[in-house]
Amino acid sequence: MKKIFALLLVLCMATALFVGCGTTENEGTKLKVGVILIGDENEGYTYAHIKGIQDAVKALGEDKIEVIWKYNTADNTDAAYPAAVDLVEQGCTYIFSNSYGHQSHVLRAAKEYPNVKFVAVTGDTAKKDNLANFSNAFNATYQSRYVSGVVAGMKIKELVESGKLTDKNYDENGNVKVGYVGAFPYAEVVSGYTAFYLGIKSVYDKVVMNVSYTESWFSITAEAAAAEAFIADGCVIISQHADSTGAPSAVEAKNKAGTVVYCVGYNIDMLSVAPTAALTSATNDWSVYYTYAIGQALKGEAIATNWSKGYADDAVGITALGTSCAAGTAEKVATVEAALKDGSLNVFDTATFTAKAADGVKVDENGKVTEYLADIDGDFVGETNVVKNGYIDESNSDEFRSAPYFALRIDGIIENTAAE
Amino acid sequence: MSNLQTKTREPFLRIVKRDGMKAWQSWGIRGIALLVALIICALFVYTITELNPLSVYGSMAKGAFGTTRRMWITFQDTAILLCVALGLAPAFKMKFWNIGAEGQILVGGIATAACMIYFGEILPPWLTILIMVLTSAGAGALWGLIPALFKTKWNTNETLFTLMMNYIAIQLTAFFVAKWENPIGSNSVGVINPDSKGGWLPEIGTNPRVSPYILPVTIVLALTVFMFFYLKNTKHGYEISIVGDSENTARYAGMNVKKIVLRTMLISGGICGLAGFINVSGACHTISEGVSGGRGFTAIIVAWLAKFNAFVMIFVSLLLVFLEKGASQIASDYGLNNEASEIMKGIILFFVLGSEFFINYRLIFRKK
Repeated sequence: MKKIFALLLVLCMATALFVGCGTTENEGTKLKVGVILIGDENEGYTYAHIKGIQDAVKALGEDKIEVIWKYNTADNTDAAYPAAVDLVEQGCTYIFSNSYGHQSHVLRAAKEYPNVKFVAVTGDTAKKDNLANFSNAFNATYQSRYVSGVVAGMKIKELVESGKLTDKNYDENGNVKVGYVGAFPYAEVVSGYTAFYLGIKSVYDKVVMNVSYTESWFSITAEAAAAEAFIADGCVIISQHADSTGAPSAVEAKNKAGTVVYCVGYNIDMLSVAPTAALTSATNDWSVYYTYAIGQALKGEAIATNWSKGYADDAVGITALGTSCAAGTAEKVATVEAALKDGSLNVFDTATFTAKAADGVKVDENGKVTEYLADIDGDFVGETNVVKNGYIDESNSDEFRSAPYFALRIDGIIENTAAE
Repeated sequence: MSNLQTKTREPFLRIVKRDGMKAWQSWGIRGIALLVALIICALFVYTITELNPLSVYGSMAKGAFGTTRRMWITFQDTAILLCVALGLAPAFKMKFWNIGAEGQILVGGIATAACMIYFGEILPPWLTILIMVLTSAGAGALWGLIPALFKTKWNTNETLFTLMMNYIAIQLTAFFVAKWENPIGSNSVGVINPDSKGGWLPEIGTNPRVSPYILPVTIVLALTVFMFFYLKNTKHGYEISIVGDSENTARYAGMNVKKIVLRTMLISGGICGLAGFINVSGACHTISEGVSGGRGFTAIIVAWLAKFNAFVMIFVSLLLVFLEKGASQIASDYGLNNEASEIMKGIILFFVLGSEFFINYRLIFRKK
C-alpha cells in the first residue's frame, strides 16, 4: 500500500535525523554571527559581502567567531524573517542582512528579539525606527564612483585629443556621449551615476550622459541590450549600476569589432570578460564595516545605528586599471584618491554642477544648488537640507544616515525613463 | 537468406503493458526507486565533495526538522504546497491541463493583501478573515473560470490559456506592489500591519514556535480530507473521472460536460486562490511577484506523483519541501550551493517518476 511508501519516507528521514544529531556540537563560548544573503558566492554583490565577512573574521580571530550563513534568501518575500528567527534559535546574537528588501522583515524579528542585534546593510529606516537593536550600514560608494569617473574622463580626453571620435560620438552641442546602465531610479543609483558623471567632468568638461534603467539588479540580457543601444547611439563610455557582466561583455564585443567604446564596471573586476574594453570598476571593501561591527560585538560595545565610510577608511576603491586606460591615469587617480582621503575634495561640490529649481531644490541665478531637501527618514519624501559649506553632504552617517540620499537630478544627465 | 525474412526474430527485449498490478507492488517499486535515488545521490555527494553522504542527509534533516520551529515551518510550507496540489487534482483528473495555479495563487494573494491593507485595522478580525477567504477563493476561481469558459465555448487550448493567465497575474501583482508600496518608492510592500497584525491569520496557543503555524496546517488538512472524499465518493468526483476518461462517454451517459468543466475549474481555481490566502495572511504577510515561489508549477509534480490521491499528496509535498529545506541547510553547513541540492532533487524526481514506467510496463527478455 501507500503506507509502505510513507513508511519508507519516514524511515529514511528518521535515520537521517539520528545521524544529524551527533554532528553538531558547538562550544558555547564563541560569538555566533548570522548572515542573511540575497545570493551566494556566484553573484558579485553577495560575494563582496561574503569576502568582507571572511576577512573580518580572519582579522578578529577565527577561534572567537562562528558564522552561520543563510544563502539565497529572497528579498521580495518574507524569507528574511524566518531566516532571522532561525538564526536567533541557533544562538546567533548578531545578525546581518545584505539586501534592501530584507529590511522590513528583519525589523520584524528585531522587535521580537530585543536582545539580539540586527543590522540591515543598505537599509535606510534605522534612524526613524529608533530601536536599540536595529542598525543600518552602507559604504560611501559614491566616492569610488567618482574615481572611476575620473578614469573614464582621462580616456575621453585622450580619445578627443587623438581625434579618434567621429560626429556620432558628440551631441549637437559638442558634448561627448556617455551611457549608464542603472537598475532602478533610486537614490543609491542616482547618487552613484551623478558621482561618476562629476568624476568625468573633473577631467573633461564637455560630456553628456544618458541613463537607462533595467528595473532589475541582475539581468545579463537587459543590461547587454541597454549597453548595445547606447553604443548604437554613439556613446564612448558605458558604465553600470547593476550586478551582471552583461554590459561589459556587450562593450567588449563592439570594441573588438572596431567601435570606439570602453566600459567602467561595478563591484567586480571586469577585465576577465572585457580585457580590452574595461578600464576599471568601482568597488566596496565590506571587510572594513564587518571588522568594525563584529569587533564591537566581541568587545560587547554598541554598533552605530548608521555607519558609512569611504576612502578615508579604505572602505571603497577601484579595481586594477585596464590596459586601455589613458596614459597618466594611475597618477591622476592617486591624486584624486588622496584628496578624497584627506577630505579636501568633496564629490558633490555645488560649484561643479548646475540643476533646475524644483520641489525641495533651490538654486541661485547661476543654477548652483543652494538647498536640497533629501529623504533621510526613509519615507522617500525629502525633508532635510543636506547642502552645507558649498557641497552636498552625502552618506553622512553621523548626522543623517548611511544609505545614499542624493537623488537630485543635475544638468547634463538625461534619464531615459520611457522604459518604466 | 529468404528464411530470415519470413521468420520473425524475437527481439532481445520486449516491453509489454501491464495491468492490474497490486497496490502494494506498485508502491514497493516506488519505494525502491526512492531508495536507489538516495544511493545515487550519496554517490554523487561523495564523489563531488568527499563529504560523508550520511552526514549530508543528516544536515538536510536538521534543516527541515532540527528545531521545533523548523519542523513547523516545514509543515506549514508543506501545507501551502499541498493546498495548491489539492486545487490542481480535480482539474488534472478531468484532463483539463490547469497550468495556471501560479496565477491563481497570486490573484488570491492580491485579494488577501487588499483586505489586510484596507480592512485589517478597521474591521473585527473574524470578519476580515471571512472576507479574505471569500475574496481570495473568488479571485482564484475567476482566474480558473476564464480559461474554462473559453474552452467550453470556443474549444481554446487550456494549457496555453492558463499558462498565459499566469503572466497577467504576475503583472497584476507588480501593479499592486507599485500601488501599495511602503514606503513609497521602495518597490516593495514590506510587512503589512506589522504592529497591529490586522488581517494576520490568528495564532493558536501561546508557544511562539508552534502557534503561528497551526491554523494553516489545520485548514489544509481539512481540505485534504474533503478533496479525498470529494473525488472518491461523490457524484461530482465520479463525473470528473468520467469526463477525464472520455468526454463522449460522459455525454452519452447524459452528463452536462460543459457544466462539469466550469464547475471543476471554479473549485480548482478557488482552492489555489485559498492557497494564496493562507500564504499571504498566514505566512508571508506581504505580497510580491515572488510570494508563490513557483508552487503553482511544483504542485503539478505533487498532484501527478500522487496520482491525484489527496492523502498521498501529503507525503509527496513533504518530500519536496524536505528537499528544499535540506538544500539551504547543506548550503549553510557545507557551503554546497543550491545547485548541488537541485541536482539531488533532480535525481530523486527522475527515479520516482521513472519508476512509473516499470509500474505500467513489463520488460520481457528473450529467452535463453
